[in-house]
Formats: sequence, structure tokens, C-alpha cells
Amino acid sequence: MKIVGLSGSIMGTKTRTAMDYAIKTLTEKFPDAEVTLIDLADYDLQFSDGRNYLEYEGDTGYVTQTIMAADALIIGTPIFQASIPATLKNIFDLLPVDAFLDKVVSILVTAGSSKHYLIAEQQLKPILAYMKAQIVQTYVFIEEKDFHRKEIINDDVLFRIQRLVEDTVVLTETFTKIREAKEAEYGF
Amino acid sequence: MDKYHIDPSKGLEFGIYTLGDHLPDPRTGERISAEQRLHEIIEYAKIAEQAGVDFFSIGESHQEFFATQAHAVVLSAIAQATSKMRIGSSSTIISTSDPVRVYENFATLDLISKGRAEIIAGRASRVGLFDLLGYNLRDYEELFEEKFELLLKINEEEVVNWSGEYRAPLRNAKVLPRPVDGSLPIWRAVGGTPTSAIKAGYAGVPMFMAHLGGPATVFKRTIDAYREAARRNGFDPSELPVATAGFFYAADTTQQALSEYYPHINEGMKRTNGQGFPKQHFAQGADPHNIMNVGSPQEIIEKILYQHELFGHQRYIAQIDFGGVPFDKLQKNIEIIGTEIIPAIKKYTAKK
Repeated sequence: MKIVGLSGSIMGTKTRTAMDYAIKTLTEKFPDAEVTLIDLADYDLQFSDGRNYLEYEGDTGYVTQTIMAADALIIGTPIFQASIPATLKNIFDLLPVDAFLDKVVSILVTAGSSKHYLIAEQQLKPILAYMKAQIVQTYVFIEEKDFHRKEIINDDVLFRIQRLVEDTVVLTETFTKIREAKEAEYGF
Repeated sequence: MDKYHIDPSKGLEFGIYTLGDHLPDPRTGERISAEQRLHEIIEYAKIAEQAGVDFFSIGESHQEFFATQAHAVVLSAIAQATSKMRIGSSSTIISTSDPVRVYENFATLDLISKGRAEIIAGRASRVGLFDLLGYNLRDYEELFEEKFELLLKINEEEVVNWSGEYRAPLRNAKVLPRPVDGSLPIWRAVGGTPTSAIKAGYAGVPMFMAHLGGPATVFKRTIDAYREAARRNGFDPSELPVATAGFFYAADTTQQALSEYYPHINEGMKRTNGQGFPKQHFAQGADPHNIMNVGSPQEIIEKILYQHELFGHQRYIAQIDFGGVPFDKLQKNIEIIGTEIIPAIKKYTAKK
């Protein structure tokens, strides 16, 4: 199972801190999973110009192809100006319309205010659903006060991330099995 | 329809097209050489003609896993190897070519083939050729529109005066040689969506509509939009041919057809497009109302007749060879087309 963690912003540290914890949990609990973390801050990506994802080169080509090859995706995103960051939206724009078909996608959100709680529900999930993702319905919402100097200091958040990671793997296994059984029924 | 060498009284025309893809056979993992692939395409055209196929066309794709970048050259070999069937491009990417050179090639092809050449001009779904040939992807739409317009003008006028943004102007230019009948049938290639179909309609040019899968009724909307746009701009839609083109595979049973064809489509699309064809969607392809013509000969006949009733189109064009389908399977399909499918289709669609 290929799982890609995507840290969706190029500024700040909180999303990366939470993603690091998610990836650590993932590799400890599921050592067989093939895990890649993509922190957009480490890459120099171009904006989408509408071409097929295979035709981008350099960092852009690496990121799009790594995401497309994944069975599951854990997206970590901050909230900027009451929405997802442009860097993350650009990833979606770089990919084909049904890029997440047969992929499980889970979400982890960091935000400066509890007022941003529904933004993932109202703005991120519709994009993922449009792109045909199997969404892990419950997401982890983490506030400023849960962090202290690049550490998560709220045990409840750590537990929730552990559950998110487990749910991502369980749902990926489940959907894979269901799909395989269904496809076997087609008989071709 | 005379202008396009189509006689609707003879019934729906049956064509074959290839993208000229050069992919491994997923069953063996082996890929034949580009040389063998090209010779097989020429042979494919020969047996198609013997089976009574009306039209054969080849596309250009400038990327890995394709072999007919120089599609006009391959068509020229086919012109020599055949004598009756019409031949064309599917499609010629006019955006990144010089319309003068394209016209020279196809007018020459028309003379070599004794009046059988056609051009289908398209915009390309993959865009690597913009870098390869030195064009800016930002001009994607305008490059096509301007060059397509010029191509049509060259077709209509023996002496051309023209100026535009993407090519040096033409002053009293004679584009030679001229085709047998003075002009060539030039079609606009259209994907499944109404947007470019509407542009084809406005220009009053025939439409070649390519499709993957899905309900035939969805594509009916595209055809309606095309005819409506033509009517609004003063053209008579009954004078404008429509061709539909898509996946075709016949075997003794539907199940066998699906199972033989699927790995080629799925693996081929993964390589050329980065995404496979979802099995669930492919399974739906067997539905009588799905536009994909995969199944037993009888089911395919019924589907093509249903589509004809719905679309009122003049030409159906089958894509059989995608994804490394081995040549013996192509031969088998051509045999079924010649002995069962074409006779039935002509029988039910010809106006006597």
C-alpha cells in the first residue's frame, strides 16, 4: 500500500509538525506501508497550465506523479484567509479531474481559530469528492493552542491523529478488497 | 454531402482509425519494433479495404509509445497499398504545423490515391509537441483556430491572400498541387464536449467526434449543439456530415470481448495518459445504450444501429488496435466486420 502525506503549505510549521506525527504513527503502526511525505515547502512547483500531469517536469512532475501513484493520501492543510492555501489548490489543479478515483483521502487541518472548523467540510471535501476520492469522513482539526514550539502538546490531538492514520489504512484496505471482489465479479 | 464524397443513400459508412500507438501487448509484456508496427498498420489498412471498410485514418502523436508522428507519410504508403477506400488523418495537429505544408502533403496524397484523401484537423490532447516543435502552450486555442481557418481558406481558394498572428502572411500565394476535385474534405476533430463542436458548427465544417465511453445520449447533445450552431450561422446541417469514433472490439461473446480488450485499453491508457480505464466503467460499456462498441457481433450491430438512429451520423469509425492488440486479433475483428457487421449495417441504413 502506497500512502503519501501531503503538507499543503509553504509557510509556517504547524501543519508540518502535525504531518510529521501522522507519518511517524503510520510507519510505526504499519511498517509494511510504503510511505512518502511531500512537504510543498521543499519543492519548487509551477502553477497548473492545463497539461496532462505526466508532462510536467522537475519538482512539479515528481509531486504529481507521486500523488497519482498513491493508494491513499493524508492531506495536511492550514487555513489561510478562511480557505485552503493556494499552494494546495494548485496541487488539485495540476491533477486530472478524476485523479482520486480508487484512492482514500484523509484530512488534517491546522488553524489559528476555531471559527475555521467547517472550512475543510465546506471547501476541501467538495473538491476531493469532485475528484472522486473515498474520503475519511472524520478529520482532525488542530488549533494554535495545541502546539508549542514545533510540538503537539495536547494528548487528545495525538490520539485523534492516531485514529485518523488507522482509519486511513483500514479504509484503504477495505475499499481495495471490495473493489477487487467487485472487479472479479465482472469476469474480465 | 457530395462535397465530402459521402452518399447517405448507401447507408452508414464504416471506418477504422488508429492513433498509431506503439505499446506493449500487456499479455506478453512484449513490444514489437516501430518498423513492424508501421508495416502492420499498412497491412491492417489493406485487409480493412478487402473487408469493405469505407475509410481508414491515422493520427499523429509526438510522444513516447507512438509510431506515426509522420502520419502523412504512412498514409502515402497506404494510398499505394489500397485502391478504393478513403484515407485520412485522425487527427492532424494543425496548431503546431504549417497549414501550407499540411495542404501540400494531403493534396499530394489525394493525387497519389486518385482522389481519396481527407484531413481531420485537431488540437492534440497531449501537449508535449508544443515544446518539441517550438510553440507556446498558452496559444493552444488561438493557434488552432487561426491555422485551421487558413487551412480551410487554402482549400477553397487557389490564390491565397492571408495574414495572421502565428505565420508569415501569404500574398497571392498558390498552394500546389491541387487535389483531384479541386478541394479536400476537411473535418474538425472534436472531443466529447459541446464547446468545440459548436466551433465546428459555426465554421460549417464536418465534425469528427471522438469518444471513450458513456451513454450515447450524452454525445447526442454534442451533435445537436453542432447542428444548431451550423444552422444559426447559415449552414444547412443536412449538408454537413458527422462521424463518430471510438473503441470497438468484437468477439464470439460479450464477456470474451470485454476480457480480451480490457487489458489493452487499461494498460495502454495508463502509459499514454497516466490513468487506466476504470473496470466499472468498462463493464458498463457492454450496455446497449453505451457508446462503446464492444461485444458480440450481433450486439455491436444493434448498438451501431441504435447510435445511427440517435445521431443520424454518416460515418462510424472504429478504434480496435489501441494498446498493443496483436495482429491476429485485428484480423479476426476485420473478418467479423467484413462478414457480419458491415453487411447488416448497410442493409438497415441504406435508403433504397
